[in-house]
Amino acid sequence: MTAMPVGAPTGRAWTMVERNLLIYRHTWPVLLAEIFEPMLYLVAFGVGVGLLVGDVPGLDASISYPRFVAPALLATAAMNGAMNETTFNMYGKLTTDKTYESILTTPMSVRSVALGEVLWALVRGSVVATVFLVVVSVFGLAELPGALLVVPGALLIGFAFAALGLLTVTFLRSWQDFQLIQLVMLPMFLFATTFFPLDVYPRPVQVLVEVLPLYHSVELIRAAFLGTGGANPVVAVAYLAVLGTVALAVAVRRLENTLRP
Amino acid sequence: MSDVSAVLIEARGLKKVYGRPGDKTGFTAVDGIDFQVRRGEAFGVLGANGAGKSSTMRMIACVSPVTEGSLRILGWDTGRDGARIRARLGVVPQDDTIDSELTVRENLLIYGRYFGLSWKVLRERSARLLEFARLTEKAGDAVATLSGGMRRRLTIARALINEPEIVLLDEPTTGLDPQARHLLWERLFQLKQDGVTLLLTTHYMDEAEQLCDRLVVMDAGKIVAEGTPAELIARHTLREVLELRFAPGERQVMIEKCRGLAERIEELPDRLLLSTDNGEETLSAVHRQGVQPLTALVRRSSLEDVFLTLTGRSLLD
Ligand SMILES: Nc1ncnc2c1ncn2[C@@H]1O[C@H](COP(=O)(O)OP(=O)(O)O)[C@@H](O)[C@H]1O
Ligand SMILES: [Mg+2]
Repeated sequence: MTAMPVGAPTGRAWTMVERNLLIYRHTWPVLLAEIFEPMLYLVAFGVGVGLLVGDVPGLDASISYPRFVAPALLATAAMNGAMNETTFNMYGKLTTDKTYESILTTPMSVRSVALGEVLWALVRGSVVATVFLVVVSVFGLAELPGALLVVPGALLIGFAFAALGLLTVTFLRSWQDFQLIQLVMLPMFLFATTFFPLDVYPRPVQVLVEVLPLYHSVELIRAAFLGTGGANPVVAVAYLAVLGTVALAVAVRRLENTLRP
Repeated sequence: MSDVSAVLIEARGLKKVYGRPGDKTGFTAVDGIDFQVRRGEAFGVLGANGAGKSSTMRMIACVSPVTEGSLRILGWDTGRDGARIRARLGVVPQDDTIDSELTVRENLLIYGRYFGLSWKVLRERSARLLEFARLTEKAGDAVATLSGGMRRRLTIARALINEPEIVLLDEPTTGLDPQARHLLWERLFQLKQDGVTLLLTTHYMDEAEQLCDRLVVMDAGKIVAEGTPAELIARHTLREVLELRFAPGERQVMIEKCRGLAERIEELPDRLLLSTDNGEETLSAVHRQGVQPLTALVRRSSLEDVFLTLTGRSLLD
């Protein structure tokens, strides 16, 4: 028997992705549902509501309502996919399934496991973002290749929210607590300039919205999608990168205490 | 046995306190124990529920930090070299931790990946281990379809994927029916024959007697005895035990009459145990006292009696 290679942390983290790929060989339709959800919203709100409202006040007249909503829906899909992975799916593996308990009897570290689950959320997120982008381009809502910048944008959003989800899951006490998560996620989805531009709100509400991570995610994707530049995407990238990194670092420390009592 | 290099596991003053990190005022589950496990040996940790067996095993598996004392495995320190040690251990935890989202074979494959083994090596090894665990027919099935005994065998096969030098088994046969237990024992015996060092916890005496070369008895976080099964029996019990059962109504009266008839008498909820050097003679003495038990059985002393003597409690209460 030869000595075991003690691989780099990221190399080990990748095996968590392999585990998920093995599972998704059997359950890949789940991913289809995740891709269809933003498209349903796009048809219902973008096209449906768009016919009623025409151009939204405060918007550049050259941007139709579907083109306004589509990037926001993509940002939301990237957020939800990542959050679901590291909250809902991970909570089951932490509690009922005890999946991590057995993984941690191998040379895998808590950090590799955490990084691996975030990495997997990114892999999934990039598939969802790419398919969504291709479909909306076919309908002329986005112009390739410029809009391809959406994909790295979606990855950054996936990273930030996967890390945030990881941190959240370390605080959950029971399945009931998922309702509290919904209580935050749903209003954020509705108000983070998904369906209305920021300037429809009075200034105090604007400030609240500008603090939301989804707001910055939408700003980022919208800028890539519509090919507009400006300072907002730079702020968004910084915001999401810092949020993700800090959340990940704290989450790993907290997980270390739960998983290695 | 004086060869120091042959000591694979060495614990000195090993302590586990559960509580907030850094705070040593929590609950003490393992209270300063010392022991050594040598290469090729089957070493048992015997104790009732809550004795601290699993806490000890988790520290050895480097999944739970040592609170105090030293624990060296394969010459390395568990605190500093956890990952390196884990690479050479096989772990069968007390709770079932099979990956329920994967099939039987996938469980072996992905577990091997956590060790950094190549897919090529793993395909060959998983086939061999499925054979070892008698699960070849089940390779493509979901683990939900496995019986308790099969799940346990799969967990053991999984623990062997890295060809470990030491295999840790925490209550490997708890909850299994007799047939499944015997099959498992037979597989563990095979491992021992192959030169693998086994460290197992159990609260079954027959299991300890069957599998262990040497064992420690734990009670409330401390080691209360150590030795081979035969040594422990010789040191802590008399040669034979007379077991008496009484009708419920006359139980107390009969028990009083038996006092003084044996060197040690243990009262269990359902029986009376009299430790003696000669069971038949003691039985005659019992009859002479006018005691009429419902049943009387003379048997050789076992580890169960050792445990009873040492702790005053039955193992499975
Ligand atoms: N993670 C934990 N946190 C707090 N107490 C624990 C923990 N694990 C075990 N204990 C306590 O430590 C004691 C010993 O437990 P354990 O090592 O599981 O014993 P055994 O395996 O011999 O049944 C028990 O009283 C148990 O409640
Ligand atoms: Mg236990």
